[in-house]
Amino acid sequence: MENLIGTLVLVPLLGAGVLLCGGRRLDRAGHWIGTFAAALSFVIGVVLFADMLGRSGEDRELAATVFSWVPVGGFRADVGFQLDQLSMTFVLLITGVGSLIHLYSVGYMAHDERRRRFFGYLNLFLAAMLLLVLADNYLLLYVGWEGVGLASYLLIGFWQHKPSAATAAKKAFLVNRVGDMGLSIAIMLMFTTFGTFAFGPVLENADKAGEGRLTAIGLLLLLAACGKSAQVPLQSWLGDAMEGPTPVSALIHAATMVTAGVYLITRSGAIFDGAPDAQTAVVTVGAVTLLFGAIVGCAKDDIKKALAGSTMSQIGYMVLAAGLGPIGYPFAIMHLVTHGFFKAGLFLGAGSVMHAMNDEVDMRRYGGLRRYMPITFVTFGLGYLAIIGFPGLSGFFSKDKIIEAAFAKGGTEGWILGGAALLGAAITAYYMTRVMLLTFFGEKRWQPAPSPEEPGAEPAAETRGEGRMPHPHESPKVMTIPMIVLAAGSVLAGGLFSLNDAFLTWLEPVTGHEEGHSPVTAVQVTTATLVVLFVGVALAWAQYGRRPVPVTAPPGSLPVRIARRDLLQDDINHIVLVRGGEHLTRSLVYVDHTLVDGVVNGTAAAVGGLSGRMRRLQNGFARSYAVSMFGGAAVLIAATLLMRAV
Amino acid sequence: MSHVETVHSLWTLAAAEAPKKIPGPHIEYVQLSPTLIVLGAALLGVLAEAFLPRGVRHRAQLGLAALGLAAAFAAVVALAAGGYASDKSHVAAMGAVAVDGPALFLQGTILLVALVAVFTFAERRLDPAADGRPVDSFAAQAAAVPGGDAEREAVAAGMVTTEVFPLVLFAVGGMLVFPAADDLLTLFVALEVFSLPLYILCGLARRQRLLSQESAVKYFLLGAFSSAFLLFGIALLYGYAGTVTYAGIADVVSGTTRVMDPALAGSTANDALLLVGVAMVLMGLLFKVGAVPFHMWTPDVYQGAPTPVTGFMAAATKVAAFGALLRLLYVVLPGMRWDWRPVMWGVAIVTMLVGAIVAVTQTDVKRLLAYSSIAHAGFILAGVIAATPDGVSSVLFYLAAYSFVTLGAFAVVTLVRDAGGEATHLSKWAGLGRRSPLVAAVFAVFLLAFAGIPLTSGFAGKFAVFKAAAQGGAAPLVIVGVLSSAIAAFFYIRVIVLMFFSEPKADGPTVAVPSPLTSSAIAIGVAVTLVLGLAPQYFLELAGQAGVFVR
Repeated sequence: MENLIGTLVLVPLLGAGVLLCGGRRLDRAGHWIGTFAAALSFVIGVVLFADMLGRSGEDRELAATVFSWVPVGGFRADVGFQLDQLSMTFVLLITGVGSLIHLYSVGYMAHDERRRRFFGYLNLFLAAMLLLVLADNYLLLYVGWEGVGLASYLLIGFWQHKPSAATAAKKAFLVNRVGDMGLSIAIMLMFTTFGTFAFGPVLENADKAGEGRLTAIGLLLLLAACGKSAQVPLQSWLGDAMEGPTPVSALIHAATMVTAGVYLITRSGAIFDGAPDAQTAVVTVGAVTLLFGAIVGCAKDDIKKALAGSTMSQIGYMVLAAGLGPIGYPFAIMHLVTHGFFKAGLFLGAGSVMHAMNDEVDMRRYGGLRRYMPITFVTFGLGYLAIIGFPGLSGFFSKDKIIEAAFAKGGTEGWILGGAALLGAAITAYYMTRVMLLTFFGEKRWQPAPSPEEPGAEPAAETRGEGRMPHPHESPKVMTIPMIVLAAGSVLAGGLFSLNDAFLTWLEPVTGHEEGHSPVTAVQVTTATLVVLFVGVALAWAQYGRRPVPVTAPPGSLPVRIARRDLLQDDINHIVLVRGGEHLTRSLVYVDHTLVDGVVNGTAAAVGGLSGRMRRLQNGFARSYAVSMFGGAAVLIAATLLMRAV
Repeated sequence: MSHVETVHSLWTLAAAEAPKKIPGPHIEYVQLSPTLIVLGAALLGVLAEAFLPRGVRHRAQLGLAALGLAAAFAAVVALAAGGYASDKSHVAAMGAVAVDGPALFLQGTILLVALVAVFTFAERRLDPAADGRPVDSFAAQAAAVPGGDAEREAVAAGMVTTEVFPLVLFAVGGMLVFPAADDLLTLFVALEVFSLPLYILCGLARRQRLLSQESAVKYFLLGAFSSAFLLFGIALLYGYAGTVTYAGIADVVSGTTRVMDPALAGSTANDALLLVGVAMVLMGLLFKVGAVPFHMWTPDVYQGAPTPVTGFMAAATKVAAFGALLRLLYVVLPGMRWDWRPVMWGVAIVTMLVGAIVAVTQTDVKRLLAYSSIAHAGFILAGVIAATPDGVSSVLFYLAAYSFVTLGAFAVVTLVRDAGGEATHLSKWAGLGRRSPLVAAVFAVFLLAFAGIPLTSGFAGKFAVFKAAAQGGAAPLVIVGVLSSAIAAFFYIRVIVLMFFSEPKADGPTVAVPSPLTSSAIAIGVAVTLVLGLAPQYFLELAGQAGVFVR
């Protein structure tokens, strides 16, 4: 069984290699090769899962060292895999959702000339993501971490002919570098502290290291998680990443890659447990981001950007839970999985809507689509109910647990975190209801397709003819089937996981679990959640359901405009980082020109001048030379005598 | 007793005592064979000069010299293979000449350098033929007044100075003994044996004879001046120790034996004599290696001497002189390391800096290379000062590497010519890379090696020397050395820039097509430079094995 773990990574990697190196002759079958590779790794995952279930809780971990990667003196890095319940969860999520989205892309990318390359990148992403969650040491994890970053970059900028896509890809890459730097420094610190960076020894010995060290490592890991998972303050790239094709947004920027930060924090639990300050930072980041993303989600008219804000917010919940320590880890992961289902489903639904509406993304130009796209409506609707936490659906179980855990943190902190989580739930209900109403209910507000000058247009629009009114239709089966499967997951997953605390029991051997001492009872929390849920939905209904929606957005009040500008994230980055960087660069250039060049040129001039003077001693007269020798001899003798004297 | 009786008794006394036989010296001919072969070839060369017809002399002399040098080299290799470089090393010829690792290594280097140099001496295709006869770099008749009737006649008669070959062989003979000399008198004799032929050779240039003769006179005068110091130093050391053998002096220095010569009782072990004597002997050797402030002759002589002679002198003299300096410091004076090291520190620092700095403003290629050789003398001194076995082996390696680079560089200089002979002014080298990419590229390789750029022998040598110096506790010296290298890199690279990135001048020099002799000399230079740069390990180990002096 151990040998199978490697093939999990190898299959999609081979797929990527074949697709990217295969050339045009694979154009016709490329998408099926990619989908097959994804499906095969899912099958392998299921086989491993079945095998794992056959063993008891403590014996479920598998480990396989493939080869010794960097053996240099005392430094040792292996390519080794570790498959425990946590990794297994991710493997199933990644390969399962991944396979569905591959299938969906077959339809979605049907008219794209570079479809083969697209599937190659998707396979590359799968391989890197699996490597990330299967690695048994931080260095190999880092390889996967960078690999998914690369795949994300390539896929966001897949339509590189659009300047906005190219810029968005660059932005995502640069912001992620900041986080990656944190991870690499954290790994170096681990090596100096523990002498290794394998999970086992590092986490076992974490309590022996000083708290200062652990706090430093924890904060650096948090920085890494912030970059990859789009948490404040490194959140700015996620909204722009929606420039990528919608399946990419669904797979990478909703279901899997962006949750890597949560994985990292959960995996490094032992480090955070020993560093309360770092944990406080984690919950702060989580709480701030869950509100930040939710507020941004309320203001966006672009359906994908609204969903991106939502993603940010939901990951904020997970980070918050992960920061709570053992009382939160299992729920962070549980929410991660359910979120993977419903958010992927929502994105695929959005893609299906865009597909039908000439790639229009402005929700104000949708409306009344429920009658034209029944399957999309139902699946999207189920995803909607799941994310707002409608009783009985996935989000209800997982989010409720996180809110409970936040209160269970105890003290003022618990009240603040719990309050933030509840507030977030209300806003979630509000903005998701808004999305739902704008898209599927109300009047038809359709507009002619955007003309080619407008940058938002995807190339496929040309084939469908611009300037015509859209005539929405249901998407082909290859796209609706994945949506149906994901919708089923959105409905059922939460309930299944909570049955007899199945998920908790499953994950406990890895993450551990503690019951917190909550000042409020579970019933109270559930009631409160349902109340805020109702309030959020009602508000949205009052604003968008009862009244007709204007096709062009009203100017809005100042807070609304700020929220539309992503709460000024880019302005702040521009002022603080870009301007600051420019000033720094200019002053460094100035120093370089004046001081460094001055010293260099001055030295050169001094040497040249000295040389000119000294060569005059070489006057060509043998008598002068003899005097020089005589003087030299005198000095030599004097110096020798002097050395003995002192 | 009357006066007559006294005389008588003296007579009878003398008659009564059987006259003592002076024992014949014990000479290990086999172990001295390298030197003997070279000197023998030189004598044969003199005979050839006297008896062979003019027409065949050039060829005969070249063959004789090459054969002699090759045979001597073979003898060195045989001796080294026979264990004389390690466990069988000892002092031969009644304590006069050492046969040990450093001596054999340096002798081998000198012989190879000389062999290659002889090729450049014999080059006859560069200068335009005089009256249909090919001529070499040397004056038609050395004794003729430059520009006078006699010179014209000699040129017209097609005379050539084939005496240069025996002269080189004599010089090589002296150089072979110099680093092996194990007493001060042998040292002095060897010095004069190799210096006198060099003085003559310097004055033999065919072109620019006045400059050449001036350089010869200067070299001779200053050489004689420094020899006087050396000799005086030897006298003082004899006064101090009562002996001139290295081992004997070393024993007195370290206090293990006291010489009981009543005639010297007043002066024996007088430290003032020792210190002054050491300083003077050192000065004599520093003059030969061209260390500041005894370097002033170098640029003038390098510029004036015929270029093949300059190349030979710059390479071989340096090897021989540093060999002698090493032996003196490591065998005679280890006991007074604390006296000579600070002084040598000063000399090394000044040498490196002055050589590098003054070279910056030079406009003549040969003078540039002269200053470069001064700077390199400083670098080598840094290794000498290390006073460790690593120091010895690094200096040996550096000398081998440096000598071939120098030889090759000067050989390239002989190729770049205009109507007045060699075009040595740097401005004429502008754009050479466009006209003769190969020659310019080869010269660039030598310059990079001088500058100590990795993958050339210069880097390996410099690294070895600086490493030894740093480990020997001379870190400041290494810092100065690196700074000087940086300055030196400027003028080496400047020549490369000049050759490759400047427009060629309309009336620029031409690059002569040499015979296989010079070509092979240059090719050997490039090959050694690259091999020692790319795979120095074997040769470093060889130098390391050869790094132990016999006492």
